[in-house]
Amino acid sequence: MAHAHDSSQERPAILDKVRPAELPRAKLILNDRSFHWITDKVCAIVEEPTPTWWKVLFVAALFIASFTFVGMAYLVSTGTGTWGLRSPVGWGWAIVNFVFWVGIGHAGTLISAILCLLRQKWRTSINRAAEAMTIFAVMCAGLFPLFHVGRVWFAWWLFPIPNQNGIWPQFRSPLEWDVFAVSTYFTVSTLFWYMGMIPDLGAIRDRAKTWWRKAFYSLLAMGWRGGNRQWSNFEMAYLLLAGLSTPLVLSVHTIVSFDFAVSNVPGWHTTIFPPYFVAGAIFSGFAMVLTLMLPLRAIYRLHDVINQYHIDNMCKIILATGSMVGYAYATEFFIAAYSGNAYEKFAFINRAFGQYSWAYWIMVSCNVITPQLFWFKKVRANHSLVWIICLFVNVGMWFERFVITVTSLANDYLPSSWGYYSPTIVDIFTFFGTFGFFSVLFLLFIRFLPLLPMAELKIVSPQADPHAH
Amino acid sequence: MNERNERIHGVACTFRRPSDVFHAAERVRDAGWKCWDVHTPFPIHGMDQAMGLPRSPVPRLTLLGGVTGFLTGCLLTWYMNSYDYPLIVGGKPYWSVIFPFPVLYECTILFAAFGTFFGQFIFNRLPHHHHPLFDLPQFSRVSDDTFMIVLEARDANFHLDASRNFLLSLGGQEITVIRD
Repeated sequence: MAHAHDSSQERPAILDKVRPAELPRAKLILNDRSFHWITDKVCAIVEEPTPTWWKVLFVAALFIASFTFVGMAYLVSTGTGTWGLRSPVGWGWAIVNFVFWVGIGHAGTLISAILCLLRQKWRTSINRAAEAMTIFAVMCAGLFPLFHVGRVWFAWWLFPIPNQNGIWPQFRSPLEWDVFAVSTYFTVSTLFWYMGMIPDLGAIRDRAKTWWRKAFYSLLAMGWRGGNRQWSNFEMAYLLLAGLSTPLVLSVHTIVSFDFAVSNVPGWHTTIFPPYFVAGAIFSGFAMVLTLMLPLRAIYRLHDVINQYHIDNMCKIILATGSMVGYAYATEFFIAAYSGNAYEKFAFINRAFGQYSWAYWIMVSCNVITPQLFWFKKVRANHSLVWIICLFVNVGMWFERFVITVTSLANDYLPSSWGYYSPTIVDIFTFFGTFGFFSVLFLLFIRFLPLLPMAELKIVSPQADPHAH
Repeated sequence: MNERNERIHGVACTFRRPSDVFHAAERVRDAGWKCWDVHTPFPIHGMDQAMGLPRSPVPRLTLLGGVTGFLTGCLLTWYMNSYDYPLIVGGKPYWSVIFPFPVLYECTILFAAFGTFFGQFIFNRLPHHHHPLFDLPQFSRVSDDTFMIVLEARDANFHLDASRNFLLSLGGQEITVIRD
């Protein structure tokens, strides 16, 4: 107490004279749009007659999606040999694609949960679409391990369900942890997404003109009335789900990385994997969010709600996580050299200069070098360039998973068992098709569900403050 | 509640601005109302205090869900890997809290999320598709840009004319009687 008293007396006199500068906060909604404008803007997307571009894209997406289903059908009727998997590489594109798609999903949860806990208000305009992206990406991801088991009709053995052999899943296996992690992730993300949408579904219901539209949205809105007694529980539940999703999203890619790190294959058996995978997941996910949101922003003229500030922030997150990923690549090399383990050393030299060095350098140039362009404001303001850089990041992150999975398996301990893995046409078609599958789901989402969270956008408008005059 | 009000759900009035409805809510709270609500297109910051609402009970179900999930995970892994079909793997104990920890962790989060999600529905009494409010024409604007206070007939303070006048004194517009 005495000390505090002294310090207040010693307070420099100048502090009473200076007034802190009033720094304007970045505006989240430009042009002082009203509440009604927000409702109109978002509801119009689902209320307008189906646009031609949507129909064209939908048919194209369905066609592309058929590649996955034909590929899967061919695989099931023929055998996993059609996938180009053979000793020593037993994990090929299927696992690469699985990790790639799960990673894409992580940005959605980061935006909806972690940025919510950190009170980053700019998340509001992108969180709904990003969460949808998460759910659809996890659906694409889930297809691969499901079919990778070979006899897909026995995939239910992965779940703790009694079967006639009387054998249970083995919970010591990271693959089994993965089953729990990914299915929990999918379930919780869906609950979170749907719950956040209820008030907005209520808003669409209240504007509905036709009976079927009214019935459809009434059913989904569950009779939401927007009473503050409801909002109070809703906000608490939303905050709690954000709090639960945060450790969940970190655990999911941690456990995905355990699939590799818990084994003793050189290049996989490292403790850096969990944080490195999580950073990479967020990196690739944000790139995908921008890949999707930039065209949508242009098509629906959402420039007032998704403005340069939002794009800047996302680019900066990509820059930060991209640099973390680059740092992790360097750390891996350093630790491999420092470990004194000949196999570990070889694994990394082989990655950079061995038979898959082309993949390694695609990975480094896309993931480490390209995002560095985001240091420049001019680059962040050029949205076509941002979009192209994001495509590079998506490609780079796919190659990262390819490099990790394939190089370590193709050249492990015994040179006599080395091999070279290449995908077959079935692999390529199956993966290509998942982009169609993802697009089909995402297009349906755009057409039928509120693309932007209206209630949350209204909260961040300046006129929502009850103490404003 | 008197006989006359049997078929009446309550009275509603609308406001145009968040600050108006906020100050009106404070006065309804101070007048000692218990059965009433403020319908808004978005949650207004500080409205819980302005209405005198207690903290939401949803976290209790989250905790219940989390504890249930953790114990379910323990029971599941112990029963399957240690009791019903014990296997020795690497000379380790049949069951410990360490090896299935990722499973316990995910089960905890999954069940806590169920508790939260369904807790929100339970405490909000949803789904509730037929409510007298849905018959009000101006209620459809509440999800857009209108704010509404509803005083319910089951409150001890409710008296049709007095309550109407009370809402009028709060600055409310479009005062309407809601019939059941």
